[in-house]
Order: sequence, then structure tokens, then C-alpha cells
Amino acid sequence: MKAQASAEQQTATKTGADLLVEALIGQGVETLFGYPGGAVLPIYDALYRAEGSFDHILPRHEQGAIHAAEGYARVSGKAGVVIGTSGPGATNLVTGIADAMMDSIPLVVFTGQVAKGVIGTDAFQESDIMGITTPITKHNYQVQDIEDLPRIVNEAFHIATTGRPGPVVVDIPKDISSTVYEKQVNHEFHLPGYQPNLKPNPLQISKLHDALIVAKKPVVLAGAGVIHAEASEQLKTFVQNYQLPVTTTLLGLGSYPGSCDLSLGMAGMHGTYSANMALYECDLLINIGSRFDDRLTGNLKHFAPNATVAHVDIDPAEIGKNIPTQIPIVSDAKAALEALNTKPVKGLQHKGWMEAISQNKVDYPLWHDLPEEAIVPQWLMQKVYQYTDGEAVVTTDVGQHQMWAAQYYHFDRPNRWVTSGGLGTMGYGFPAAIGAQLADMDSTCVAVVGDGGFQMTLQELSVLQERKLPVKVLIVNNQALGMVRQWQEKFYSERYSESIIDVQPDFVKLAESYQVPGYKIETQEELLQVLPKVLADDQPAVIDCRVLQKENVYPMIAPGKGLHEMIGVKR
Amino acid sequence: MKRIVTATVHNRSGVLNRVTGLLAKRQFNIESISVGRTETDGVSKMTFVVDVEDDRKLEQLTKQLNKQIDVLKVSDITDKAIVARELAMVKVISNPQIRSEIQGIIEPFRASIIDVSKESVTVQVTGKSDKVDALIDLLRPYGIKELARTGLTAFTRGHQPQVAEFKSYSLLK
Repeated sequence: MKAQASAEQQTATKTGADLLVEALIGQGVETLFGYPGGAVLPIYDALYRAEGSFDHILPRHEQGAIHAAEGYARVSGKAGVVIGTSGPGATNLVTGIADAMMDSIPLVVFTGQVAKGVIGTDAFQESDIMGITTPITKHNYQVQDIEDLPRIVNEAFHIATTGRPGPVVVDIPKDISSTVYEKQVNHEFHLPGYQPNLKPNPLQISKLHDALIVAKKPVVLAGAGVIHAEASEQLKTFVQNYQLPVTTTLLGLGSYPGSCDLSLGMAGMHGTYSANMALYECDLLINIGSRFDDRLTGNLKHFAPNATVAHVDIDPAEIGKNIPTQIPIVSDAKAALEALNTKPVKGLQHKGWMEAISQNKVDYPLWHDLPEEAIVPQWLMQKVYQYTDGEAVVTTDVGQHQMWAAQYYHFDRPNRWVTSGGLGTMGYGFPAAIGAQLADMDSTCVAVVGDGGFQMTLQELSVLQERKLPVKVLIVNNQALGMVRQWQEKFYSERYSESIIDVQPDFVKLAESYQVPGYKIETQEELLQVLPKVLADDQPAVIDCRVLQKENVYPMIAPGKGLHEMIGVKR
Repeated sequence: MKRIVTATVHNRSGVLNRVTGLLAKRQFNIESISVGRTETDGVSKMTFVVDVEDDRKLEQLTKQLNKQIDVLKVSDITDKAIVARELAMVKVISNPQIRSEIQGIIEPFRASIIDVSKESVTVQVTGKSDKVDALIDLLRPYGIKELARTGLTAFTRGHQPQVAEFKSYSLLK
């Protein structure tokens, strides 16, 4: 493996921080998300000297920086780059690092550290960020020697963005970044312990092809691996060739066009009836780039009980982790699909199955009530979909609003859907939308957030004000922690313990104090008037949309139940 | 089931923490672990004895270890022809009268006495874990004051006999 700036040798009088800046430029980094502090003063000084090299985004909390970097990475496909200072700066990044690890988001996170001489003495703003982040990173480094710094930066980008992507932390002691260095540095790296397998084994591809020919009830489960591998076109060809029904995971939304006939929508805890029943009844399950998360599978005992399971994953450890797999394919999703697409299509035997599935789609669609005046969130999501022509980048927090957005916004393209899946992080959606917008200034970017989650990271309204970013914050305001409330209603006999939050700021005034236009919508009529206008203009906005508190997300699989045991399938 | 797994790793700071942290995080039980340098500069070898429920858990363990950037190679050598040794030091309460009795007990184990004081002797024994266990059981009645074991270290023999069924965790199977 060669670094991009391979074998580039250089001699000059520079500080470690300058070497870092050069390495970032060498990696093609354009946008940085960071927050200065004592231990990164030398780095910020080098950034000052390198003015014009980067667009540095200053959030108002480190958590905002890292979620923005995640949103940026998800939409741009490049690594998100974050800088934080030592101690609290670094620990404030931890939630985002864990989030990126769970959802395989490529991040390179630079943290300052106290000088090497005082590490381990409980120095001011010291924290053992190596120890803290080891279990939640793909890899992490503490730079011990200044001459290693450029190599480590290149390694970090390589590791973060290749194979199964993930976050890499580089911890830089202050003396390393401030020392003047005059000798030669080496940028080259060699990682014998990291050689991701990208090409599928032809034997396993043939096995899958054979299985496809005889399958009577095949189904494709597409996960985020398809998006990371940029394999949506190949997936489309594959699915069209074999006329296979496709369901996606939460994070796989957009990997296959949600509005296509063959799409069953999302599967899992709040997936569609047709998707979940297809997974339950299938005799061949082709999982491409999903990790069989428990929110997808429900009770493992009842998951695809009659199926031959084929699993394409670039991470061998995911294959067989949760579900016994008969056809394991360790590969990049694109390479595997390309190999499959070269095989002849003949004698398919699943026509009746397709008819049954189509019937399920007709008989058991998503449903919701529509009262006279009040807004239900499902209807709200349909309106957002309609007014943005299904083309917006949508980000969310975690919870009810996330599920409604996933259910009703039919993503037809990859990299339009930015959500916190694995970790389920409240407060993710708004800062992620800032990063997403920066990665794609031409698209409408809607942060669909809950009133709870928004209050965790709303200080980033300052970034909208400062950057004039036209992010639309849509607060699905039910004055409650909706999903907690729903579970308390269903499984805790309506004991709403600490989940109803009816004391709130005036979100309109709050937005206006940041010079961001604020809107409050309480009726369907207001929504029809305000929403199309706001979503279409080029201004930022905070839209406080009041929705019915009692609305629940359906269908639903109760904890411990199988995919076939959905509740709330019909009105 | 007990398995012996070896891993060659880059000898970098924190690598032991990475590996043990990973096993703890995924709820694997480590019975023993030994680490030391190898014939190659900058490369260390770890030998784990782990207790896993089934083959699937074991496969997860080796795969997760393999994912670590600093881990170069992981092998489950339990079913291969191997040499495996562990060293134990046992401080046994003994007065001069029973010292020779202890000498008699340890002799068949090819263990040796490496320290003597008025009230105790320290026995050093090397071998497979069950041999070490057996000697410790025999010494226990005399009263063990202190016991330290290194944990097993192992590698495959130079010559592997041909076996009918070769257990492999490769996905190419």
C-alpha cells in the first residue's frame, strides 16, 4: 500500500503542526471541523499560517464538530476531519467517534494531548484518549516521534477510508506539534496487518448464482455497504436482471431507489409488512453490506428460518456473527455485484413469490390517521417528500421522527440520508445537516429533528448564522421523547416517566436570536402555506412543527419478537 | 471448550490493551495470556488460552483479532501438533524435615527447587498446563504460600503429521 504522497521526501524548517497541515493538504482535505484549545494552539497557529488552505468550521461544541464531520463524510464520501483539544475537547468527541464506529463513517480525528513529558501525571486537561477511544475506533495513534507524524496522518486516512470505513483518532502531544523539525520525514507506510479483501471468491459467487437459479423465494437485503462501495448502479442491474424484491436496512436507504416497484421499503423493527414478511418467508436471503443488526432481525430464532443465507461483506467478522451463513462472500459490494452481473440469467423460478409480495404491498401499506386540523408526523413527512421532490438530503436524530422519515421519504439516490443508526444518538441530526450541507451546497438539506434531540445540539445555530448555511431545521415537536413515550405506553402501562417535556424554549424566538428565520406551524393549513415556501428558499430556517403527541410508529415489532410478529400492521 | 490461539502482533505501545480490551468487550473469557518478543524485531507473539462456547464464537474471536491493525496473524493451533509450555513457581511451606519429601514429589515432574528459606521452598516447574496442575495438587497439602504461573506459550511443531480432517476457519472452505 502506498500513500498518496508516496515517498515524498522533504527538508525544511517546520513545526510538527506544519507537517500536519502539509499532510492534510496532501490528502486533499478541504474542510475541517474543529475547536481550538490549549493543547492544539500550535496546530491552530499553523492553520493560521496556512490561511486559505482549508475551510475551517467552528461549531459551538465539539460534539457539533464531529457530527458535522459525519454528515460531511456521509454525503461527500470523503473522510470527515475533526480537530479537538486535549482533555474535555477530546472527551466531547467521544459520542461522535462511537457513532461513526457503529455506522462505519470514515473520520480522521485529531486530538491535542499534553506534552509527552507530562503524560501520565494527571496534567491540566489531560485525558487518556487512547485508552478511551481504543474500543470505539477502527484504529488510533498517539504520535511519539515527530518524524512519524506525516506517515501516521497518511495511514490514518488510508485506514479510515478503505475496507470497512471507520473513525481513526490521532493524538498529538503538544510538544510534537510545536517542535521545530529540520530533518527528512517519510510519508510512506506499509501496513502488513491491514489488507482488506476487496475481490470476491469466484467459487462463492458461483454458489450464489446457483442458489439464485433454483430459489423460489429470493430476497435482497441492501445495507450501507452498498452505499460505501458506490455500488447502487450494480445493485440496480442485478436486481433488474433477476427481478428480485429488495428491502433495505435503515442505513441502506437510498442504496436502491425507494420508489421503484421492486423496492419493499425498509425492514426491521418499524419496517414495512411486505419487507419483514419477505425476510421471514424467503428461501434465499442475499444480504449485501448489512450487518444483521438486532433492530433489523428481531428475535434471531425467527429470522429467515427457511432461508439459505448469502452474505456479502467487506468485513469478514460480520459474516456469521449473528446469522449462520451458507454462502459467505468477503468482498467489496461493487466487486461482488459486478461478478454476479457477468453470470447468465436463466430459468428463474420465483414468479409466484413476486406476485405474493406485490399483493402484500397493496394489502398492507403503511397507514396513519389524518385528523381534521392537527398535524400527524407521517403526513408531515409525506409533505416534506413532496415539496422537496424526493431530492433533499435528510438528516435525523434518533427516535420516532427518524422512523417516520425513513418510512415516508423514499430515497431514490444514495448519500441523501444521514442518520444515526447503530448508536442512536440524540442531537445528531442538526450538526450532521451542517456538514451535509457543506458537502453539497446545491441541495436542500433538511434536518428532521425531535424537540428533545434538537435541544441537545441547538447551539450550532450559530454556525448557520455565521455561514449563512441554508439548512432547514424541521422540529417534529410532540413535546415528548416520543419513542420513549411510545415504549412506556406499550410496555410500561402508560407510566410516562420523565418522557413528557412540555417546558420548551420558544423555538421561533430562539432561532431569531441567531438571526435565523423561525416559523411555528400548528395546523395543516399553516403547513401547506409555510412549508413549501420555506423549503424552497435559500435561507436557513427553524420550523417548529407541532404534531400530535399520541401518535405512535407502526408497524412495530415488540422486543423479543420475530419479524412475522408485527403489531399495528392495519389501522 | 478450551482453545489455544496465538497471535503475532506489532510490538507497539497499547497493543496488549487493544487485544485484551477487544476480548473483554466481546465477552470472551481469557484463561491465560502470555506475551513476548519473537525472532523478528518489532514483532511479539501472544498466546491465549480461551474458553469459548462453540465454533461460531471461536470464529468470531479469531476474526475480531484479525481486524486489529496491529495484529499480523491469528492461528488457532489447538488441533495441530504443537509444543506448549508454561512455567510455574510455587512457594511451599516446609521445614527442613519435609524438604526432602518435597524433593521426592517433584522429582518425577523434573521440577527444581530454586529458593530455600527456613520456612519454605520455592519449586519451579515447566510443562504443559495439566502437568503443572498435577504438581500443584500434590504440593497443596503442604501449604502453598504463593503461586505464580506465566500462562501457556505455544507454537506448532516443525513437522505437522497428515491429518484426515484439518480444521480451518477460512471462508474458502
